[in-house]
Amino acid sequence: MTIAAKFEIEYLQYLDAEGKQVRDDLPEFAKDLGHMVELYKLMLSTRVFDAKSIALQRTGKLGTYASCLGHEAAHVGIGSAMRPEDVYAPSYREYGAQLYRGVQPREVYMYWGGDERGNDYQKEPARHDFAWSVPIATQCLHAAGSALAFKIRGEKRVAVCTIGDGGSSKGDFYGAINIAGAQNLPLVAVIVNNQWAISVPRKIQSGAPTLAQKGIAAGLFSIQVDGNDIIAVRKAMEDALERARSGQGGSVLELVTYRLGDHTTADDARRYRGEQEVKDGWAKEPMVRLRNWLVAKGVWDDAKEEAWKAECDEWMDNEVNAYLETKTQPVSAMFDYTFAEVPADLAKQRDYVLSLETKGH
Amino acid sequence: MAQITLIEAVTQALAYEMAHDDSVVVLGEDVGLNGGVFRATQGLQEKFGELRVLDTPLDETTIAGVTVGLAVQGMKPVAEAQFEGFIYPMMEQIACHAARMRNRTRGRLTVPAVWRAPWGGGIRAPEHHSEANEHLFTNIPGLRVVMPSSPARAYGLLLAAIRDPDPVMFFEPKRIYRQYKEEVPDDGEALPLDVCFVLRDGTDVTIVTWGAQVKEALEAADELAAQGISAEVIDVATLTPLDFDTIAESVQKTGRCVIVHEAPKTAGFGAEIAARVAEECLYDLLAPVERVTGFDTHIPLFRLEMKYLPSVERVVDAAKRTLAAS
Repeated sequence: MTIAAKFEIEYLQYLDAEGKQVRDDLPEFAKDLGHMVELYKLMLSTRVFDAKSIALQRTGKLGTYASCLGHEAAHVGIGSAMRPEDVYAPSYREYGAQLYRGVQPREVYMYWGGDERGNDYQKEPARHDFAWSVPIATQCLHAAGSALAFKIRGEKRVAVCTIGDGGSSKGDFYGAINIAGAQNLPLVAVIVNNQWAISVPRKIQSGAPTLAQKGIAAGLFSIQVDGNDIIAVRKAMEDALERARSGQGGSVLELVTYRLGDHTTADDARRYRGEQEVKDGWAKEPMVRLRNWLVAKGVWDDAKEEAWKAECDEWMDNEVNAYLETKTQPVSAMFDYTFAEVPADLAKQRDYVLSLETKGH
Repeated sequence: MAQITLIEAVTQALAYEMAHDDSVVVLGEDVGLNGGVFRATQGLQEKFGELRVLDTPLDETTIAGVTVGLAVQGMKPVAEAQFEGFIYPMMEQIACHAARMRNRTRGRLTVPAVWRAPWGGGIRAPEHHSEANEHLFTNIPGLRVVMPSSPARAYGLLLAAIRDPDPVMFFEPKRIYRQYKEEVPDDGEALPLDVCFVLRDGTDVTIVTWGAQVKEALEAADELAAQGISAEVIDVATLTPLDFDTIAESVQKTGRCVIVHEAPKTAGFGAEIAARVAEECLYDLLAPVERVTGFDTHIPLFRLEMKYLPSVERVVDAAKRTLAAS
């Protein structure tokens, strides 16, 4: 028998569900315990933010909201590994990555609260990142196009996109990793496999034993990672970014995690999945293991946890207040950004709407 | 000065803009060494290299989405859809992202991109190579839909489309790609978008059309003139945003309006123009508006396609009906 090609998919994990280190070769960043505490704090603030968002929705102050509960290690791992000059193309629940890059909670609230200005991220580097992309996996091609622009201009920047396990079924994802392989583009495509695409489980998305191996077909470096272990996520991201930045090509990362919440606030996951499965998901969630590890290292304790939670509460309350105080845009705003300049024909429609306003309609 | 065809004018505009603006890149299937299946990008890869004239994998979705990404990063991509019949996989990226990125982000991110596609029937091509589907794009806010009808307008409008800060669909009527030559100075002078061109002045009837049908409209105007009827011919050129004022001014003068297009009749872009004429010019009309269009069928394979496309005779008949009515 002649073998034409042979492949394997590595699984990367440093911390198990209890927070025990399963390998000794800690990456450099993880030896800096101060930095690890910072990562933990952002994961915790992401969780506080998420709970606040759901509370806002439940009290009628927010539209439909997509929770990130359980994804904190995956998202903060992605955001913290990227450099400011890189570009991020998220789907719509990667707040942990986005908060790291300067998206403000009030902007998230504005978007889900029905105001486009939530996408006008004010702070760098988020200001040059893509906004949330609701049509599944379409953002993968925006990242590939960005990576192509970097290559054409000779810039040492990387484009990162995230999708879910469901998103990895879409042609846009395949198209993005395919052109990244063919053109050796600096693209890192991250599949955040949270096991559920609304009500459809992972096994219905693909017969492939790993989603990471989809990258093999495109000629990309591909790896499966414990997506609840931030050390593993951050390490896999750093390596992928370095390869891309130095011209060694793109990567596909599969971060294996679990969607602890509903798909969105409009969903009720009890309709399609059992309690035991969710319990198992909680047993592997990302916060506990990192906290246990940091506590064992002597750099974190209950008092610090409570103090930081209180700070987060205050931060989020400020953000919520800023959001609630935001005045609705003038009605002309629906016309103002359709084109760079409002065309004459469209201006007639705008003027009509403005005339209704003055009549008090 | 050299006389060039419409397709050569496309190439000339691409080459001019690529030479003067490093951010302009061309991408698509077969656009590189092969120069495109119609040769619109002939010689460009030789001049500007494999990265700026990029052969993509054979996936229209990829072409469209990568174009959005390039444009957001400040490039000015000109993507080619090999035929308008293959443009459907591109529509999600165009409608959901290109056309709404500026609006979604309140102007933070923009998509200054052009999608070119050979458009329309009449070249005895296989199935899916003869569609007229511009009306599927004219209903998408944030998108310009532009169609040239001569070598000079192909050159000037394509330059304008590439320089425009928003996404533009640039449909090239392939039936007249090589129909005739005219002098087109390679001076980098763009023509204005968002305006109709009055190609022939007349007083009795207004013929409104775009793309390849401009040929039939002008020939019909000649024939009508021989019969003592003075027809004004308007090339809409930019379908959206529509310059309705030019059409209204003409219809107010002639009192009669014939709209000609290749696409199916129902909900074709002619329906929009007819509705606008009814809204804004009803009391100027001396006769009902006429539409001469393709039918609400699929364009037939080529043995019958000329029976589908509006002919000079159908245009002349429609114009004469408007005169008979008053």
